[in-house]
Amino acid sequence: MSSTLPDNQAPETGTARVKRGMAEQLKGGVIMDVVTPEQAKIAEDAGAVAVMALERVPADIRKDGGVARMSDPDMIEGIIEAVSIPVMAKSRIGHFVEAQVLQALGVDYIDESEVLTPADEVNHSDKWAFTTPFVCGATNLGEALRRIAEGAAMIRSKGEAGTGNVVEAVRHLRQIKNEIARLRGCDNHELYAAAKELRAPYELVAEVAELGRLPVVLFSAGGVATPADAALMRQLGAEGVFVGSGIFKSGDPAKRAAAIVKATTFYDDPKVIADASRDLGEAMVGINCDTLPEAERYANRGW
Amino acid sequence: MPSPVIGVLALQGDVREHLVALAAADAVARPVRRPGALDGVDGLVIPGGESTTISKLAVLFGMMEPLRARVRAGLPVYGTCAGLIMLADKILDPRSGQETIGGIDMIVRRNAFGRQNESFEAAVDIEGVEGDPVEGVFIRAPWVESVGAGTEVLAEHEGHIVAVRQGNALATSFHPELTGDHRVHRLFTDMVRARGAADSL
Repeated sequence: MSSTLPDNQAPETGTARVKRGMAEQLKGGVIMDVVTPEQAKIAEDAGAVAVMALERVPADIRKDGGVARMSDPDMIEGIIEAVSIPVMAKSRIGHFVEAQVLQALGVDYIDESEVLTPADEVNHSDKWAFTTPFVCGATNLGEALRRIAEGAAMIRSKGEAGTGNVVEAVRHLRQIKNEIARLRGCDNHELYAAAKELRAPYELVAEVAELGRLPVVLFSAGGVATPADAALMRQLGAEGVFVGSGIFKSGDPAKRAAAIVKATTFYDDPKVIADASRDLGEAMVGINCDTLPEAERYANRGW
Repeated sequence: MPSPVIGVLALQGDVREHLVALAAADAVARPVRRPGALDGVDGLVIPGGESTTISKLAVLFGMMEPLRARVRAGLPVYGTCAGLIMLADKILDPRSGQETIGGIDMIVRRNAFGRQNESFEAAVDIEGVEGDPVEGVFIRAPWVESVGAGTEVLAEHEGHIVAVRQGNALATSFHPELTGDHRVHRLFTDMVRARGAADSL
């Protein structure tokens, strides 16, 4: 991966370093779900580091039901043209043709997302086959490493999108962090058994044990609705935050978007978070995750 | 001279990678988020990230003017990618309200090498860096459209300017901090030491 390039070699695109490095550039930032070019501009003006272009925010996907698919190419292109920050878009789990289409459209990152209805109940897409990098969700370390083994260049938690409830994202980040801490305490003999337990390749498990973190960037996603939610996720170890329905399902999206950006940067400064939390208007209403029927829990999708 | 203290502007972006690279180049590296923290540094790195976001946060949290003042006063600075944009006196295609710190007489074009699918790695020969070319990692990278008389061009890729220096300010379109090769950070650390030595005369 880090081989020295000989002189005069043609530039090489789609390398692991270019894909993972792209996510490194997003660190400390907020990635916002948007459904129109106008929303994308509001997000960019508020200081978002990237936008996720999709047809319906997760709160509406929940409400509407039915099969949720990749967004309309015209709508994605409209958003690409509206902003200069990176644009991400979602494919269904295992729907590698949707991913091929998104790559052809020129999106900067593909989210193989449990928020859409899975297209394959056994396999995720082979992400090494793409030039466009992928971000994938994970509820625990084993799941994160399986996605990285398939080529994911960025990992996010799988908090229940569209609920406005941060409890599941907190669970996932704590789980991943605790499992990494446990690996740090393993000696070389124990790492083989740990890999078996995690159902992940030994090489990746050994790398995590040595680094003390994932080999790719880790963001939080799912349920962030307030500046304090975003700061909480960062204090728990997320390197940045995805915000879905929380912004454009609230009373004053521009103001809330800017407030969440501030709180994400100064996540360890309660005075900044307090100021950012003032006078934001109505937050999204939210859903309690323990009243969600099993079948409506997105985190159960993917494995 | 003891190890210089070099800050990394820590509003957004790949701060950790620069801290690691600077430490490997024998500097004492620390993140800088507040104007007060600027006082204690001998040099400053503006990392890669989203230039629109970094610009907005710098204005919002009162960093932009102190940064301009320190750079004008000769503080050695090094910017990579978004950091190169922040050090440009002029952006060809700024977003509305996008401000820069300035310091290098050049005009830059954002995302000039294309979107993420066009991001690439290529060998780059840099003036002042001994030995083999460095591994250039270009991510939605800008290039330098043109430079003023006082700005030195240190490297080009396919006819486009990708590394420059003017006085105490250094900038690259690519990300040496994402490689294990710390020669560019060492070049910058040497610039910081030279400035420190000149000041103490």
